[in-house]
Amino acid sequence: MTLAHAEAHALHPETSTGIDNRKLAIWTFIGSECLFFASLISTYLVYKGKSLVGPFPRDIFEIPLVTFGTALLLFSSLFVVLSLNAAEQGNRKKTILWLALTITCGLFFIGMQVYEFSHFVHKGLTMQGNLFGASFYTLTGFHGTHVTIGVIWLFTVFIEVLRGKVPPAKALNLEIAALYWHFVDVVWIVIFPVVYLMN
Amino acid sequence: MAHPHATGDATAAVAHEHHFPEKAGQYVRIGIILVVLTALEVGAYEVAHRAHGTALGAVWFIPTILALSALKFALVALYYMHLKWDGRLLKGVFSFSLFVAAIVILALMALMFYHYAFSATLPKVT
Repeated sequence: MTLAHAEAHALHPETSTGIDNRKLAIWTFIGSECLFFASLISTYLVYKGKSLVGPFPRDIFEIPLVTFGTALLLFSSLFVVLSLNAAEQGNRKKTILWLALTITCGLFFIGMQVYEFSHFVHKGLTMQGNLFGASFYTLTGFHGTHVTIGVIWLFTVFIEVLRGKVPPAKALNLEIAALYWHFVDVVWIVIFPVVYLMN
Repeated sequence: MAHPHATGDATAAVAHEHHFPEKAGQYVRIGIILVVLTALEVGAYEVAHRAHGTALGAVWFIPTILALSALKFALVALYYMHLKWDGRLLKGVFSFSLFVAAIVILALMALMFYHYAFSATLPKVT
């Protein structure tokens, strides 16, 4: 075995499952996160329409703003998968470009959510005000926290790409972060209609 | 410490071994479909809302919106998260989690429906 092949083998060691352990780990984590968000979504649905005092969803939701946020997350998912594709092809410039756009979309989404929350609080919707406020802030707040963690994670990968430490052989480092980011997106794909459109 | 040329060879060897296919065009097409589906969701909301005063007033609204959402979910999971090309183990991990998550949602909603429907002494909450 040559030195090159030995190092190639070290980068992708054989496992009993045939799948890189890090990839299996992130998918298992995503599985547990499905249960976490399922419990939050079901809590929101259980308390839906049970608030005795306002403000109520129909009084405060701004669908155009949230639609814009949804589009941002969808575009960010496209950008991160394009970034991964470029990393796998060894195209560093495109990897950097698409990753930067992904992070920018994530930051705009967080900004949208901060604006929305402050706007709602100004209109009287608080955690302790009614059941809608408590379940809404818990669900969307936890999602926003996940988006923030995702942005920080992608930013660390972005720094690694800038330093030239993510060649095609190590594209899995970006793929794992991208999988987490896509999961954050699919959770919003559920939250958007369930919370905002079915009000 | 590894020799730089050896590391470069290793990188090339791994890249060649894995043969990452170019899929950018497919990803963009999926992205366009996702945007169209989101537009349909919001369009359905607007139509139902204007016709009935509230979107939930339309019988077709909830099935339509859930179907569109499920389609978007599936497209992202299959194509962007690569489940379409991944092995059965990863598909199984995710599918099983989704199944249990669906059970959690249905069970909790059924329990609370029973509670609100049949309990005469509900706690007074705001």
